[in-house]
Amino acid sequence: MNEPGGPRPVYEAGTEWLRGDGDAADVVMSSRARLARNLAGFPFVSRATREQRQRVLDLCRSRLLAGGFGGPGAQVMWVDLAESPTIERTLLVERHLMSQQHSRGKQSSGSGGAEEPRGLAVALPDERLSVMVNEEDHLRLQCIRSGLALEAVWAEIDALDDSLEQGLEYAYSPRWGYLTGCPTNVGSGARFSVMLHLPALRMIGNIEKVKRAAADMSLAVRGFYGEGSDAAGDFYQISNQTTLGKPEQVLLDNLQREILPKVIEYERMARKTLIDKRRLQLEDQVCRAVGLLGAARLLTTEESMQLLSQLRLGVVTGIISDVEPKVVNQLMLLAQPAHLQRVIGREMDQEHRRAARAELIRSRLSRDGNGRVPKG
Amino acid sequence: MKCDQCEQEATVHEVTIKSGKKVEKHLCEACAKKQGIAVQAGMPIQELLNKYVLAQAGTTPAKAAACPSCSLAYTEFRQHGLLGCPDCYKAFEGLLGPLLERAHEGATHHVGKSPRRAGRGGEAGAESITGGPKERAERLSILQKQLDQAVRAEQYEKAAKLRDEIRREAESAPPPAAKARRRKEPEA
Repeated sequence: MNEPGGPRPVYEAGTEWLRGDGDAADVVMSSRARLARNLAGFPFVSRATREQRQRVLDLCRSRLLAGGFGGPGAQVMWVDLAESPTIERTLLVERHLMSQQHSRGKQSSGSGGAEEPRGLAVALPDERLSVMVNEEDHLRLQCIRSGLALEAVWAEIDALDDSLEQGLEYAYSPRWGYLTGCPTNVGSGARFSVMLHLPALRMIGNIEKVKRAAADMSLAVRGFYGEGSDAAGDFYQISNQTTLGKPEQVLLDNLQREILPKVIEYERMARKTLIDKRRLQLEDQVCRAVGLLGAARLLTTEESMQLLSQLRLGVVTGIISDVEPKVVNQLMLLAQPAHLQRVIGREMDQEHRRAARAELIRSRLSRDGNGRVPKG
Repeated sequence: MKCDQCEQEATVHEVTIKSGKKVEKHLCEACAKKQGIAVQAGMPIQELLNKYVLAQAGTTPAKAAACPSCSLAYTEFRQHGLLGCPDCYKAFEGLLGPLLERAHEGATHHVGKSPRRAGRGGEAGAESITGGPKERAERLSILQKQLDQAVRAEQYEKAAKLRDEIRREAESAPPPAAKARRRKEPEA
């Protein structure tokens, strides 16, 4: 990493998407846009020789660092992934700054490995914008923000795309648009997604309905860490599946106006139903989760995510009043293995991590811990 | 409807015909999982693509085709779902067309953003990048269809966005004397 010690600890850094605010933040954790781009004159990543990949990496890195991005005051951090230790790479995956595939350096075909020439550029301090170089495509641009903010993330990524193009020539065809390694991304190369917290819909057993409604509209539903991950802690990511034949603004609009308002409303209605008709059960569930978080001596990542999800439900429904949403979001990130080890300051095996995770959460949420809003 | 096994709402419905007899199952998600019935809202697109490509495999005479630029064989694309280089789109156009149409809900052409350099005019000019009048007419017709649909569905904000897009597309036509403009303009 360029910066000594890598990214600052999460609770000090102003990571945008963890803030827990913005439109519809009670249900929408974050909004994201990504663009897939490739350079003209080079094979796609999976077909390129190592030398070609290195050349693409050099070209993109100098463009990214020369142009800068992220607005006034932002600083671009460049991470050479072939040189980064596993824990640093995992940390970046946990922060939603890159994919697991990029961390491993493996192609979908199974070839490649950790030493493949590839990189990541991140705009500090709020990590809103980031660019993966040599993942499945030469460039994958991403913008992520707290709450429902699809128009804003599109505007930013669109501008970043324009600025990068001033020094790079993209592969483009009049018929197919921006050309991508996988033809499922061809056309606009644009993927819009939102991370939704839907604990009440799950509790009343209506998640499958949401999934079906989304599938009917060609939207994909995935888990907390994207493709192939499960819905840890009742977080679901919804995104457009098709990228060809519709202007970016329409892809965005389909997600934003046709399905999201309904899902948000269903989740709010489900919460209201729980509060009106099953208040005691809801309180019981939330308070049990709080009890476990405050007392457990061993916690797995998965269990902490489930319990923190319940706590978040308690916070947004007002059952728990002395914990801020942002604290819950931060704990969800700190519960992840690489973050936990970063906070503790040493590498640990799974058993020790479970103990450290329980202790960290317990202390943060204790009466005098810094995760509680002071009374009075 | 209640689940056959418990008191939960049934969300998984399976109808099988066994030796001419219809067997219906109505289960909640948990019970369906217990019985090993896959609860999947939609098939991942990659899987769908692969299945489709595989289904096409035996029937297409051009399956031995290879890209002249990167020498990727069409059969290799079928295995991994990844193309080798930008020229593969041209080399396999006939095979990819129907495949992409299916994967992208009937779409046959890109509409929307185009590279900034297309608007710069001068040496390369927009034509070589975004195509000629024929391609432009195609894009305009696609956008017009989407606009009509949006208006019929009373999706006025989407319609407004499509109108903007149509205006930009129409304005990008190069009247010989006029200065080429960028496709994108600041929002009003």
